[in-house]
Amino acid sequence: MAAKKATKKPNVSGEELKEYYREMLLIRRFEEKAGQLYGMGLIGGFCHLYIGQEAVVVGLEAAAEEGDKRLTSYRDHGHMLACGMDPNGVMAELTGREGGYSKGKGGSMHMFSSEKHFYGGHGIVGAQVPIGAGLAFSDKYKKNNSVTFTYFGDGAANQGQVYETFNMAALWDLPVIFVIENNQYAMGTAQQRSTSSPDIYVRGEAFGIPGEIVDGMDVLAVKEAGEKAVMHCRAGKGPYILEVKTYRYRGHSMSDPAKYRTREEVQRVREERDPIERVREMLLTGKHASEEDLKAIDKDIKKIVNESAEFAKSSPEPAVSELYTDILA
Amino acid sequence: MAIEILMPALSPTMEEGTLAKWLVKAGDTVSSGDIIAEIETDKATMEFEAVDEGVIGHILVPEGTENVKVNVAIATLLEDGEEAGAAPAPSAATEAPAPAAEPAPATPAAVSEAVPVMNLAPDWPEGTELKQQTVREALRDAMAEEMRSNEDVFLMGEEVAEYQGAYKISQGMLDEFGSQRVIDTPITEHGFAGIAVGAAFGGLNPIVEFMTFNFAMQAIDQIINSAAKTLYMSGGQMGCPIVFRGPNGAAARVGAQHSQDYAAWYAQIPGLKVVMPYSASDAKGLLKSAIRDPNPVIFLENEILYGRSFDVPVLDDFTVEIGKARVWREGEDVTLVSFGIGMQYALEAADRLAEDGISAEVIDLRSLRPIDYDTVLASVMKTNRCVTVEEGFPVGSIGNHLSATIMERAFDYLDAPVINCAGKDVPMPYAANLEKLALVTTDEVVAAVKQVTYR
Repeated sequence: MAAKKATKKPNVSGEELKEYYREMLLIRRFEEKAGQLYGMGLIGGFCHLYIGQEAVVVGLEAAAEEGDKRLTSYRDHGHMLACGMDPNGVMAELTGREGGYSKGKGGSMHMFSSEKHFYGGHGIVGAQVPIGAGLAFSDKYKKNNSVTFTYFGDGAANQGQVYETFNMAALWDLPVIFVIENNQYAMGTAQQRSTSSPDIYVRGEAFGIPGEIVDGMDVLAVKEAGEKAVMHCRAGKGPYILEVKTYRYRGHSMSDPAKYRTREEVQRVREERDPIERVREMLLTGKHASEEDLKAIDKDIKKIVNESAEFAKSSPEPAVSELYTDILA
Repeated sequence: MAIEILMPALSPTMEEGTLAKWLVKAGDTVSSGDIIAEIETDKATMEFEAVDEGVIGHILVPEGTENVKVNVAIATLLEDGEEAGAAPAPSAATEAPAPAAEPAPATPAAVSEAVPVMNLAPDWPEGTELKQQTVREALRDAMAEEMRSNEDVFLMGEEVAEYQGAYKISQGMLDEFGSQRVIDTPITEHGFAGIAVGAAFGGLNPIVEFMTFNFAMQAIDQIINSAAKTLYMSGGQMGCPIVFRGPNGAAARVGAQHSQDYAAWYAQIPGLKVVMPYSASDAKGLLKSAIRDPNPVIFLENEILYGRSFDVPVLDDFTVEIGKARVWREGEDVTLVSFGIGMQYALEAADRLAEDGISAEVIDLRSLRPIDYDTVLASVMKTNRCVTVEEGFPVGSIGNHLSATIMERAFDYLDAPVINCAGKDVPMPYAANLEKLALVTTDEVVAAVKQVTYR
């Protein structure tokens, strides 16, 4: 993999590092719990877990400022937690309850928060890409200097509308960061079986959009790249592409037996490149935190996640009258 | 206390499965993410991972067991320092909450007990000064007026700016509003429709011109999945105030790919509003309403009508409410319901029928979502006969839908079956004679009326 080496001397405080650890751990424990609730039949339909990819959203959110926007595909739980949405509201949406972000009417793939500038949660592969550029268009039109993080996967990168969007984003200098979360598998199809070039960000060159590869298992490398991209966009230089090489440990969705890759491959990434373990080690060797400190964080996260599960189970189903609300404004 | 490991549901439809293989045994230490068993569902063999960490206490369901119900305890997991103790009896499945079996409330728009009342209120006050204007000019005036009063309204599409509009609808607008608000796009309908939807989510009010609605098929995913459904999917948080407009339906001799009426397609989608004006005053009044509407509005125009002139009221701010039909002509013997260019055939037919002593009431729906059912039903209850007229394909048409509604709500009033006059069930041919045959004609409307009036 041509990913960048880990940042040698992180320009980051122990407190910040601890915060990233905490946020990544929250996503992982939340997703494990979601998987468990799915197994119990409390979550229905499709449920796409973000386990393994945590450093991507946590690193990029560290580079974002108030007013910046973000949107992604259907693998969206991590993005919502990272931008500060309430775990209770997210989990209750997964169980289809009234207390969910969409009152139970959206589900795992369709959640939004105007307060946190989270614009979904999109179930059609690639459809969020022009929408993200459109959000950036609105920022440019209103001259408010915000940027939009538009996340999509290596699978979505083969949709035509992505390139229609690249063209217009470059043509109109839209302040949009295209974040390609390359987890190497488009559902069950490995990247080399679906994509003509090993790196996807190079496709931006055809449109004059600069980009780079980022090690998505290293939260500090992601943050650094994010800051660079944000600076580029805020300077009015148009879009930027970050191809973040990452890996999902779980199947595409809960019903994916994942026979397209070996158990050893997954295990190797877990053991050698896990983004949370990496920060944990940095915290310990850098003496930013003791084992006890980390245990306390673990305990705290477990509590938040358990509470979200309790909330998601006890929140009532939406009232039947909700069937006919929110169709028209 | 030992944690029970439950038989998991591993697909949206799984209710039971085979516990094919245990990969751990009692006494093994597991941590979160370790694969502990293989489970066969009806679709595949899945690996089952531990969620919590601990030591396996007892295996409750041996490997090879078939038809293990979801949520039955299959093993126990001991936490730090806990003893295995005696194996508990396998528990019954913990039932996941069954979906509420409450009856759905009735559709707000569906069967109501109230007697339908016809909407005869005029669109403008009596005595208002009128001027003759083409549909083309009326559309431009509507956009320009709304752009003058709201900075967040902008127009984007192919050739809308420097070329002054492929059909000259946006003539002069670039000069007045500048290139920030009148935006030429590349030929990339899917992409710019998506960008416009995003801009609407971001708080702007885009008007998207499709050079024709045939090309909007490239963008239909963004129109339906993104624009129409997001308000509902977000629990009311995020609406999409956008207008998609452009010519729709057959023009003349442009062949199958450029001659389709999409009225029935869009009218089917909850979350959209759909309008299809016939006259210039409706084009103006409805477009202004559409631009102000907080919802996505599909605004279907017609190339042949662009150059046609009608009376338009001279008012500072003239709007027509979406969802309100217009009665063009009152009559006693039959109700003709149409919209868009279909109105041309309906009105011509009414003139000819009058010569034969048949008095036709002619209703222009103008809006196809929501539909003004009350005006149609009240008219049918008066005339006891109905013929619908549209240019679109005959299967799953607006006329089909109206027939069903009339049957459900006014069956006892009908003296004859409702007849739907529509385009023919063929792709549009190029040859002049065949194209004429493929479209609905005034003759067909007259014949249908004679049939339902038994003349």
